[in-house]
This record gives sequence, C-alpha cells and structure tokens, in this order.
Amino acid sequence: MSKAKLNQITFRQRLGEDMVRIEVYAPLVAKKAQPGQFIILRVTPRGERIPLTIADADVEKGTITLILQEVGKTTMMLGQMQVGQCLENLLGPLGHPTPIKNYGTACVVAGGLGTAEMYPIARALREAGNHVVTIVGARRKDLLILLDEMKSVSDELIITTDDGSFGRKGVVTDPLKELVAEDRVDFVITCGPVIMMKFVAEATRGKGIPTYASLNPIMVDGTGMCGSCRVSVGGKVYFACVDGPDFDAHQVDFAELMMRQKAFVKYEKCALEEWLKQQEEGKETVKAG
Amino acid sequence: MAEEQQKNGLNESAGHKKQVERLARAREVAARKKQKQKATVEEPEIGLPKKERLKIPRHPMLEQSPEERVHNFKSVVLGYDDETALAEAHRCLQCPHPKCVEYCPAEVDIPAFILEIVKGDIPAAYDILKRDNALPAVCGRVCPQEVQCEMVCLLAKKGPVAIGRLEQYVAEYMLDRFETEPPKIKKYRPTKERVAVIGSGPAGITCAADLVKMGYAVTLFEGFHKPGGVLSYGIPPFRLPRRIIASEIKGVEAMGVELRLDTVFGKTITYEEAMEMGYEAFFLGTGAGLPRFMGIPGENANGVYSANEYLVRVNLMEAWDFPKADTPVFVGKRVVTVGAGNTAMDCSRVSLRMSGVEESRIVYRRSRKEATARAEEVEHAMEEGVQFHFLTQPVEVLRDENNWIKGLRCIKNELGEPDESGRRRPIPIEGSEFEFPCDTMLVAIGQRPNPIAMRSIPGLEITKWGTVPVNEETMQTNISNVFAGGDVTVGESTVIFAVGQGKKGARGIDAYLTAKREGRLEEFERQHAAAS
Repeated sequence: MSKAKLNQITFRQRLGEDMVRIEVYAPLVAKKAQPGQFIILRVTPRGERIPLTIADADVEKGTITLILQEVGKTTMMLGQMQVGQCLENLLGPLGHPTPIKNYGTACVVAGGLGTAEMYPIARALREAGNHVVTIVGARRKDLLILLDEMKSVSDELIITTDDGSFGRKGVVTDPLKELVAEDRVDFVITCGPVIMMKFVAEATRGKGIPTYASLNPIMVDGTGMCGSCRVSVGGKVYFACVDGPDFDAHQVDFAELMMRQKAFVKYEKCALEEWLKQQEEGKETVKAG
Repeated sequence: MAEEQQKNGLNESAGHKKQVERLARAREVAARKKQKQKATVEEPEIGLPKKERLKIPRHPMLEQSPEERVHNFKSVVLGYDDETALAEAHRCLQCPHPKCVEYCPAEVDIPAFILEIVKGDIPAAYDILKRDNALPAVCGRVCPQEVQCEMVCLLAKKGPVAIGRLEQYVAEYMLDRFETEPPKIKKYRPTKERVAVIGSGPAGITCAADLVKMGYAVTLFEGFHKPGGVLSYGIPPFRLPRRIIASEIKGVEAMGVELRLDTVFGKTITYEEAMEMGYEAFFLGTGAGLPRFMGIPGENANGVYSANEYLVRVNLMEAWDFPKADTPVFVGKRVVTVGAGNTAMDCSRVSLRMSGVEESRIVYRRSRKEATARAEEVEHAMEEGVQFHFLTQPVEVLRDENNWIKGLRCIKNELGEPDESGRRRPIPIEGSEFEFPCDTMLVAIGQRPNPIAMRSIPGLEITKWGTVPVNEETMQTNISNVFAGGDVTVGESTVIFAVGQGKKGARGIDAYLTAKREGRLEEFERQHAAAS
C-alpha cells in the first residue's frame, strides 16, 4: 500500500454485532497518544464532532486504533466506511493521560465499549509493574470485545455476562466485590456505562480504595471551549474534556451525568431515523436504476 | 470615465461631478497654499465647503425590518448604498489632527480612507483601510465605534461621521467586486525564519498576514476544523456573514500562509516539537475561549448552556439546520440569556431565530448603562423583541425530576459604589426574589483564555486571571521567542484590539528575529526590558 493519506482508514474489522474497529492514519496523534486519551472526529462536512477513545497507537505506522459502537447516525456512518476512505477530520490526542504508576494490584473494570479505553490503560499499568486483574463485562457473549488483547495484558482476566452466555453469569461488580472483600485490590479504574461505573464506585467506597472512572459525557469541541461535558465531582464543576476524562469515582455525581447524557436523545433518534430513511430510499433508487 | 464610474457603482449625478471638480480645485489651491506658507497649519478644503458639510445629518443604516429578520440568519444591516456612502463621506471634516485615528486601536487613517470615498476611488479607500487593519470587513460590522473613533468625532454631538458604516461599505464593495474579479494577491516567497501563529482568530490572522509580507515562513495553527476563531464560532452570521471570513482567510492563504486546521497546539504539536521542526518564534493568539459559569445551584441542568456551547452548536456546527446538519441543539419555547455583552446579545437574538422559540429574555445584574455590548446590538435586540430584565441576578436554576431546567429564580439588585471595574456594584435587595418559567438558559457572563496552549510552553508566565503578560511594545512574553496578542493577553476585548495587537506582535517578532539573525539579541532584550 502506498503512503496513507491523513485521516485515511487503513484497517477495518467488525467486532461482533454492532462494534467496529478501525485504524486511522494520524501520525501526529499516534506519536503522542497516551493511555486514557481520546480524539474528536467528524465523518462528513456537516457532520457532528464525536469523541472516541484511542484504543491503541502505532507510532511506526502512524496509525491509531478506534473502536466504535454503532448507536447513532455518526457512528453508523463511520461503521460503514471502508479501508482507503478518509474521515472528514480528526484531532487529538485530547484529555489528560491516565495517571500510571505501580499501585500494587490494579483492578481494571471494563464494560462493553469501555473495554476499548481500558485496554491501553491495563497494558500501561502492567508495564508499570502492577499485578493487573481485569474484569470485563457485557450483556451477552457477542457484545464482548478485545478479550485476547485484554488477556495479553492482564495477570488475571475475569469475564462476566448478564445472561451467562460467556464467562461468569452476573455483573462486573460481583467479582469486584469479592476482590475488595479479600483486600486484594490497591487501585481500581473503570470505564463503561455510567450506571456500571456508579456501582463500581460503590463497591470500593467502603474500604476507600482509590477508584477512578473514565467519564464519557457529551462533548462538542473537546478542548475546553464549550462546557457541554461538565461534570460535578466533589461538589465542583469540571470539564471532562480538559480536566479529565478520569476522575475520582467516589466523588463523581453519576446521577447528574446520567441525566446529562440523555439531553439530546430525542434529536439523536430523529437524526438516525432520517438517515435510515435516506439509506432505504437510496437503496430503492439504486434498485430502480 | 463614465464607464469607470459605473464600474465603481457610483452615482454619476451632476452633483457628484461638481463635487469632484470642486475637489480637484480645492486640492490645487491647497497645494499652492502649502508651497507659499509651509509653516502654518492649513484648513483642508476638499469636497464641499465646511459649512455645507456641517448641514448634512448622519445617514441612518438600511436594515432588514425586525419582523422579517427574526426569521432568518441573513445580515441585519444592509449597508449604505453608493449614494448614501458618498453623502456620509462628505460629512467628514478632514481634521488636521484627527482624534478618531488616535482612538482606533489599529490606528486606521480614517480621514484618508473617507477622502477616497469622496473622490470616488473605493479601491484606494480599501487599500488605506487594509494598510492598518487586516480585517476591515469584519471591523466595520463589529467594532464598538461609539466608544472608539466615533466617540471623539468633532461631530459627535450632532451625530458623528458613520465611520464604521463607511468602513463596512468600502470593504463589502470590494468583496462584491472580488467575486467577479478576484483580487491579485501577491504571493510572498519566504526568505526568513519559520514562525508559528497559534489561533486563527483576528489576532492570529493579522499577525500571520503581516509576517508573511515581511518574508517569514508562517504556519497558522487552528484547533477547530474551520478557521476564523471567534469570528466563525462566536459571532452569528446575521452580524457577520460567513463570506467575509472566508474571503479574509483565502486572502492570507493566497499570500503564502500555511493553514493547519485540527491542530490543538500543546496537544497535537508541542512547543518543543515545533522548535525541533524549525519554528523560531511563536505568536499566541488563542483568544478567550473558556466559558465561565455563575456557580449557582442547578447550573448543570439540561437545557443550560454556556454561550460558547450554544453558539458553537448553532454558528459553527450549523445546528439551526438540524437534521440536515448533524449537530443538534435543544432550544425550548422560553429562553433566558444571562449577561449583557455582545455574546449575550448574540445568544438572545440567535434564539429568536430558532424555530419554536416564543420568548427570549435577557437577565443582567447591572443596569443598561453598564452593559458592555455595542449600543447597536442592544438596540437591535430590543427591536427584535428581546425582553430585558436589568438589575436582576439569577440565584438558582429550577429543575424538574429529570434535571431539565424549568425556571429561574432571580433577585433584584440596586447599584452601589463603583467596583474595581469602575462600574457601580450591584447589591441584592433583600426579599426581592422572584421566579419565572423558562426551558433554556444561556450563560453569557464572559470567557477566560484557554490554558491548553499556554500551559504547554514550559515556564510561560500566566496571571491569576489566566492571561499571558506581555511587553506592550513588542508583545513578547517572558519566554523570549513567544509573543502573544488579543484576548489571551487581557481576557476579553474587541476584534479591533486583537487586530492591533496582532500587528504589534508581527513587528515584535520581526524585531526579535532580526536581532537574533544579526547577533544583537542582547541589545534587543535590553531595549525591551526598558520598554516594559
């Protein structure tokens, strides 16, 4: 393959039903990306800006790995893009890197798409000398991602599914609570659905185990300009894009975050429906033609 | 001649011909006088005699009617036509020591450009504007002329010369012409050092344009996917049509400035990396983009936006055209904007133009007198039906069980003694609290500089207000190859102020790099230490 163009997709792989892994040529971002950081991208000239975690970076190839879940118009369009196509734009790396050091035993708790964010963090924690215990959870087997990758960077890997279709039946906090009860954990970091992160925080609060949550609020610019991503932590307001995305999970107002994430649901649904309708019409036109 | 005039679009009336003839005679007379008595200050006698000029009243601006314009995002002001501009230009008394120039942050030679309008030479007027101000089309529209050039006009009492409107007329006249007849912009070949200009707002554009003309290899870094800074994301199209920004950016690119979008300086490229890449000087023009909130209970409710978020969604991401554009913005029926600066006016007026909005209020803790917005913006907002609640301060955002805003509790203020800003301090009146329902709130109480770029420069001095202190002459910061200008140095100011500082910054960088090249850096540092 000849030299890739900026923001060109160089690799694409479907992971299960609604998740896609892509690699994008963005050498400046790849060079500097650190665990916990993210990028913002757009797919079309009038597209919205969406944040995605940098799941991996290859400095030599100049590429970054992104994993997306097809939940709305932008992610669905992105999921359809093929190798060789270019994103409209991409900027990063944004946000503070996760503070990595040797905590002793570090427990990485990942839910669904959050696994993409936790993978480089687990790897970095292991490289820093931690004994890494990873707990990955999903509703069912086909929503689990990056299991091999997680296995390769963890000393112990525990998998849970809500329906028991793979690994242990139950939720991620079940094994976490056991580890906490056994006093086996010195540090916890988590990323996944807000409700999951909230329960992770509750599981470690009693023993005061340092616990960080990587938050995923709605963002627009990703550079501290708009405050769309503001979160309440310990009674103070922070912008997740520049002050985070990692925060002390025991201090985060998860209830507020959950409600703020729903602010545009109606619009997201409308945009998706419009787009799906256009897609259908497009198909029919092609057929008719 | 006739053709020429038609091309210029000027009214070819007998009256005008006469004026031009009179002008020519007046200049001859003036020239002869000058030869005779060099020492004495002469009365300029150009155009109409002074007495007649004084009789012309200030010309009002044509505008879209308020009823019409609240349904569109098109320019509110329609600009002077040729005849009006000519007549207004005649009002200028061509003062020998013009105060207007002194009060212009970019020191534009105002009487000179107006004189060219009188002469009918609009391209010459444009050249004069451009010489001191890289963005005349922008400044004509957004400068607070009433507290700058027009405030000190000799005619201020009876209605100052409409300098802003004339500037807008000249700039947009040329933009129209450029659409059919693209300007021949000289492309400069870089012969000197590489300079990084960070931020493509008014300060950055100005600095980059000046530096490239001096022979430097200039890269203009922008974090967003569109250039223009506050001109693009902040000021709405009905105040600043987008073709104006596009044209200015095209202009600097044509001169040879390299524009790099999607580059967050300090994140995508660091100061050290840029030095390794060969950049020898830096201009920090990153503006004041960090929104402030009030810190009152409930401010994190859904439906409460910073002015920045709201304007970025609507102006930059084109949320007004959702779902054709992908970015949504929630706007309910009752919108309240907090603040009384230009941004607050923009928020309240953008809201009126969004579908479904029934009322748009402004809540401001001081009185109308202390409002910092341009007078015209406040007038326009009032004409369009924005309701103003002066001396009113929000104390709590009322929410429903799903964290959506449902109302605002406010308290009434009275004015006390002046505070550190020189404006009278608002003091809450006990027991005056009241509530009103609303479903959207826009917080437009000011911005601070964004720290990302500045914090990435090791050792750069930053004040407790988050601004970067500079030497006022050279715009140099405490780091010798880092210069700064615009809002980043003062918090919040105007476009023309940023233009002025961008120019100074370009001169400062040139002086610094020249000194460095010639091995006189010590001397430069000494001089600059004396100046600060």
